[in-house]
Amino acid sequence: MSKGRLGYYNPQKPQEGRITDIGPAHYKQLMPPVLRKNYGKWVSHRILEPGLLMHVSETGDKAYTVRAGAPRVMSVEHVREICDIADKYTGGYVRWTTRNNIEFITDSEDKARALKKELDSRKHVGGSFKFPTGGTGNSITNIVHTQGWVHCHTPATDASGLVKSVADALFEDFKTMRLPAKLRVSMACCLNMCGAVHCSDIALLGYHRKPPAIDHDVLMKVCEIPLVVAACPLYAIKPITLEDGKTKSVQVNVEKCMYCGNCYTMCMALPLADKAGDGVAILAGGKISNRISMPKFSKVVVPWLPNNMPRWPEVVETVKKIVEAYAKDARKYERLGDWAERIGWERFFEKTGLEFSWHILDDYRLAYDTFRTSTQFKYTDHAWAVSKAVSGI
Amino acid sequence: MGIPGQEKLWDKEEKEHRKYEDVRIFTDEQLKNYTEDELKSFKPKHATPMLNELEKGPWPSFVSDIKREALHRRKLGQDNLMIPLEVCEDLLGVVELSYKEGETHWKHGGIVGVLGYGGGVIGRYCDQQEKFPAVAHFHTVRINQTGGKFYNSDYLRLVCDICEYRGSGIMNLHGSTGDMVMLGTTTEQLEPIFFDLTHDLGCDIGGSGSNLRTPSDCIGPARCEFACYDTLDLCYDMTMTFQDELHRPAFPYKYKFKFDGCPNCCVASVARSDTAFIGTWKDDIRINQDAVKAYVAGEIPRDGGGMAGANWGPFNIQEEVIDLCPTQCMQWDGKKLTINNAECNRCMHCINVMPEALRVGKDTGLSMLFGAKAPILEGAQMAVLTIPFIYAKSPYDSIKEVQRKVFDWWIEEGKNRERLGELIQRMGLKTFIEVIGIPAMPQMVKEPRSNPYVFFKEEEVPGGWKRDINDYRSRHPR
Repeated sequence: MSKGRLGYYNPQKPQEGRITDIGPAHYKQLMPPVLRKNYGKWVSHRILEPGLLMHVSETGDKAYTVRAGAPRVMSVEHVREICDIADKYTGGYVRWTTRNNIEFITDSEDKARALKKELDSRKHVGGSFKFPTGGTGNSITNIVHTQGWVHCHTPATDASGLVKSVADALFEDFKTMRLPAKLRVSMACCLNMCGAVHCSDIALLGYHRKPPAIDHDVLMKVCEIPLVVAACPLYAIKPITLEDGKTKSVQVNVEKCMYCGNCYTMCMALPLADKAGDGVAILAGGKISNRISMPKFSKVVVPWLPNNMPRWPEVVETVKKIVEAYAKDARKYERLGDWAERIGWERFFEKTGLEFSWHILDDYRLAYDTFRTSTQFKYTDHAWAVSKAVSGI
Repeated sequence: MGIPGQEKLWDKEEKEHRKYEDVRIFTDEQLKNYTEDELKSFKPKHATPMLNELEKGPWPSFVSDIKREALHRRKLGQDNLMIPLEVCEDLLGVVELSYKEGETHWKHGGIVGVLGYGGGVIGRYCDQQEKFPAVAHFHTVRINQTGGKFYNSDYLRLVCDICEYRGSGIMNLHGSTGDMVMLGTTTEQLEPIFFDLTHDLGCDIGGSGSNLRTPSDCIGPARCEFACYDTLDLCYDMTMTFQDELHRPAFPYKYKFKFDGCPNCCVASVARSDTAFIGTWKDDIRINQDAVKAYVAGEIPRDGGGMAGANWGPFNIQEEVIDLCPTQCMQWDGKKLTINNAECNRCMHCINVMPEALRVGKDTGLSMLFGAKAPILEGAQMAVLTIPFIYAKSPYDSIKEVQRKVFDWWIEEGKNRERLGELIQRMGLKTFIEVIGIPAMPQMVKEPRSNPYVFFKEEEVPGGWKRDINDYRSRHPR
C-alpha cells in the first residue's frame, strides 16, 4: 500500500492511474469455504446454546456460527484482535450482522465451542468483556446506534455511552434466551434517526426541546435563506431584515417549532443543542418482521428523560422496567408491541409503571387516527383520575 | 499504480484473495508494540473521569478500546502516522467535554470529498480546535461493505492499516446504512485513502449526501435457508449498476436500497429503505411430515432452539402454530399438518417455529415496496407494497426497469430534501403506479379509503370538465 504523505496520489496528475466506480469487494472472495460450498443449499438451522448457531446444508455439511457482541465504534486494535481470533479458529473468516454483532463461522463444532470459550475469556483492562457471546434467539441482541457526541453535529445525546449503559443493564438478556420473543433495542441520537429506530421493540431517541438559537451575524453569509425557510415542515420560519435595515436573517415562530433540527441541517446558523433542553425519548412496541402481525412503528411511551451523564440512570431504569414487565406478562412468541396491543396500551402503562402525560397524546398531523373512538377500554388508575377530575365519581 | 506485480489485486475474481503480506503498511513489531501492563498504566493526554465510568460493567467498552488505540499510536510515533498522533486522545478529550456540557462539539458539515465523486466522505470539524488540535479536522470515509458483511483477516488488516496510517484508527463496524466507516481523517489524506482502497483493496467508497446510499443486504443464501432470492447477488448487481447514482449527487435527497431474503426482514428494509426488496414465494410451503411429528413429540426444539432460556412447557402445535397463524389456514389432525396455501400470507411464523419441518416454497422471487423513511420531514413511513411478486434472476432486467422509472419520476418531481415516500404522499399512490405502469390492486392498502373525496380523471367523466354555463342556465334561470 502507499506510504508517505500523498501515497500513490499525484495532485499534478489526479487522473493518472485513477480507478473509480469499482464497487465493493466481491462477497465470494471473502466468504468462509463452508458457506461458499453450500451457497443456497441450506435447509435448516438450530441454536445450540446462546451465541452458537448450527446451519445444516442439503449436502450434509454443517456450519457453526459463534456470535459475539460489539460496540460498533471500534479501534483498529480491536479489529486486529478479531483477525487474530479468526486466523486461529476460522481460517481468517469473520462477518458482521446487521445489528453489528460479530460472527465467526466454521465447519467444526469443536472449534466453534473452543472459540466461544476464548471469546468469553477476553477482557479489556478496564474490566469489560471484549467479545461477549450471545445475542441469538429470544434474547436482546446488540443495540444498534448512531454517532452521538463521538462524531455527529446534530445529536441531542450521546449514543455510544448511553448504549453502553443500557447494554450493561440488559447484559443477562444478551447472554440468555428467556424472553417470549425477540426484543430489539435501538438508539438514534436525534430525530433524523440515522439508525432508523422507529420500528424497534424499544427505541431510544435523542430529543431536543428548545427551538434553534439564531446566529444573525453569519446567517446570511453561510446560508440560503429561502432554503432555510422551506426546510421547516411546520412553516415556523420566516425571512426578516434586522433593525440595521440591511442584514437579512430569519425568525422562528417558537410556538410552532417541534425542534426537529431540519433547519439546522440546512443552515449551521441555527443550532439546537442545549444542555438543559436535550434528553432522551423512549418509544416502544415497534417491529419490522412480518411474523404473525404486520410490521409496526414504535410508539412514544416516555416523552423525555434527562441526559445524566455518564450513565443515564433514568433511561436505563425505564428500559429495564419495560423489559421486565414484558418478560413477566407476555405470551410465547408475542413481540412487545403485540403484547401491548393485546392487553391494551392503558394496561401497558399500568404494568410498566410509566407515566402517561399529555405529551403522549399525538398533536401532529393525522393525530386523530390514534384517538380512541370507542367505549371499549379498560379501567386503570388513569381512568379514575379523569372521572375524579370532573367530580364524576 | 499499486504495488508492481500486484496490479490485479482489485480484480473481482472469486478465487483471488488479497494477501496482507503483499501490501501491508506496518510490521509485526509495530503492530504488537505495547504490553498489557503498559496499557493498565497508560495515562492519556486529557483526564476523562466521566468517560472512565464507561469502562465499568460487562458490555464491551468503547472507551477502553479507544485508549488502546491511543497507546498504540503513541508507540508508533508521528513518523509512522499521516495525521496527528494524538487524535484518539483528543477524541476522548472532546467527548469528555461533551459529557460535562451536554452538547456536541462537532461542527456542521463542510464539503470535502474525492475528485469526481460527490459522496462517500463526510466533512467534520471540531469547534474546540485549540483545545483539541488533533481532531480539528475529523472527516468520515464510508467504504462500500461487502455483501453479507463478509471479510477475511487479510482484507480487514489492510483496512486497519490504512485507517491507522492515514486516519484516527477508529472505525464503525458498521454504520447504520451498512457501510464500513473510517472515522477521522484530514482533507489531504482523502485522495491517498481512495487510491489505496481502489488499487490495493479492490473496493470503492460508499454513498452519502443526495445520492443512492450504499445498498445493504441480509446474509441470504450464504447461510440462511429462508432466502427466497440471492440477496447478495442482487445487492452487488444493483450497487454496480447504479454506481453513478451512488457517487454523483443527482437526487433530491438520499435514496436507500435494502435487500431482505424473506419476510422476517432482518435488514429492516420495510422500515428504512426507499426501495425494499423482500423475498417471497408463490407456491406451497414445503412440509416434512415426519419432522412435524418429531416437533410434536418434543424431539426437536421449537423456534430453532431460540426459546431455550425459559420454561415454556411442552410444545403444543395447536396453540403455538395453528392458533397463532394470522390467516388460520393451517390444520393439525394429530397426524398430519395441512396448509391451505392459497390463504397463507407468508408471515413466516410456522416456518420459524419448525424450521426443520417447514420450508419456504420453491417458486420464489421478491416483493418490491417503496417509500420507507425515518421521521424527518413528514413523520416516519413504512414502505408500501407496490409490486407483489417479481422474479429475481440475473441480470434482473425487470427489476432495474421498474427502479429506473421510479428514479426518473422522483428526480423530475421531487422537491429539495423530499424522500420518495413523501413524494408518493404528496402526489398520490395513484400517480406513482401510473409512473411504474401498473394497475391498482387491493394488496396496496390495508383497507379501502373511508373518505369519498375521489379525484376522477377528466377522461373518465362523459363530456369532460368543460362546462357551458349558458346550457346550465337554459335549465336553471338566475
